[in-house]
Amino acid sequence: MLGAETIRVLWFTVASALLGVALATLPALALAWLLARREWPGKALIETVVALPMVIPPVATGLLLLKLLGRRGPLGALAYQALGMDLAFNWKAVPLAMAAMALPLMVRGFRVALEGVNPRLEQVARTLGASERRVLLTITLPLAGPGLLAALVLGLARSLGEFGATVILAGNIPGQTTTLSLALYRAVELGHDDEALFFLCVSLALAFGALWLSGRLARRLGPGGAS
Amino acid sequence: MKLALRGLRVACHGFEACYDLALQGQATALYGPSGSGKTTLLEAVAGLRPSQGRITLDGAALQEPGHCLPAQARGIGYVPQDLALFPHLDVRANLRYGLRGRGGLGPGLDEVAKALGLAGLLGARVTRLSGGEQRRVALARALLAGPKLLLLDEPTANLDPALKAQVAELLKGLSQRFKVPFILVSHDAREIAGLCGQVARLEQGRCVALGRPKKVLELDRPASPARAKAKPLALKGWLDAMC
Repeated sequence: MLGAETIRVLWFTVASALLGVALATLPALALAWLLARREWPGKALIETVVALPMVIPPVATGLLLLKLLGRRGPLGALAYQALGMDLAFNWKAVPLAMAAMALPLMVRGFRVALEGVNPRLEQVARTLGASERRVLLTITLPLAGPGLLAALVLGLARSLGEFGATVILAGNIPGQTTTLSLALYRAVELGHDDEALFFLCVSLALAFGALWLSGRLARRLGPGGAS
Repeated sequence: MKLALRGLRVACHGFEACYDLALQGQATALYGPSGSGKTTLLEAVAGLRPSQGRITLDGAALQEPGHCLPAQARGIGYVPQDLALFPHLDVRANLRYGLRGRGGLGPGLDEVAKALGLAGLLGARVTRLSGGEQRRVALARALLAGPKLLLLDEPTANLDPALKAQVAELLKGLSQRFKVPFILVSHDAREIAGLCGQVARLEQGRCVALGRPKKVLELDRPASPARAKAKPLALKGWLDAMC
């Protein structure tokens, strides 16, 4: 069962998910911070737009990404002209799709974690002479740490199971863009029941592990805001 | 110490507070009912709450139109009512937090820890300390940052009378020993009278009386013929006299 192609699919899925989460982390953190700590015009609108991928069909998100990142899309054309790089229908499209789908969950999780930190602690740190950077590194991030980590793991779990957006933006190209979910779909479609069952079990194990870890980390969030 | 607030406007509990007063002396107090803007005033002075107007400390502008020092650069220590100790750090790390950037001036950690009876607690988690110990850690942490002025928001709130008296004595001693003036918020007229040389009485975000505790706090006593005869405080005259 664990042939070279299967191992490649598993490795590629995990690596793409990690890369997708890494791509989404900074924008998600910045958005979460802006949503949690600042009042600004258009905040509600941006909040809604960021949450959209959680409620619209993943295939629709994939199509939107294709329109943006395809060679004729605004961002895709820019990447092609500047770097000679295609962002759709190759391996690069997989972590991009995963990042787009993980981002809303991560923003939500990061926001909850940041809101759990008592702003009074940051204020007092400032009166003690700490720069904004020092406040962030020594007060905000350590206290929000468990919640931030839980959101990262949740984003990773979402990426590992990604299907709809990936299949539209990256296609299902054997040896290039096939992830665990796409391999499972193909196995079902071709009637390879044993293979499908194997991929199903791996998917379940990965998702269970990630959710369990995320839950444990989230439960540690409690003391974060206490003073 | 002389802290002057001129036309200082701050959003406060759904209304706009406007402060025009000058506090001076080693120990001064803000007094008034809940929601009168005492904490708001402290936060504005510390640079933690957006405000408009002019704030000067010993003649140096902390804030004026077109110029506003951030909280980091004001040199004002702040001990909020909830103390805001850093729960992920031990006592020593809490105390050391403000030492950086102080340029080696002011008292050392060991000296302050000893003065506040914290020498044996330096390795303890702040969440494991008693309420009184936490209060002393918060005070020591603020002192160690070498502030020019210390703002204390209800430092004796929720303490039993014996502990309250201890904290008041401690404040008095620390202020004299480390030569740091303080402004405290309190609801306890007796405590203010024992500790402070000047008190500002606030109501609805305005200073309605300013002066020696004995005079200002008389306003809280039940109406008497003598009080009935007293004229309302002429605030403008007070301000002129203070400046």
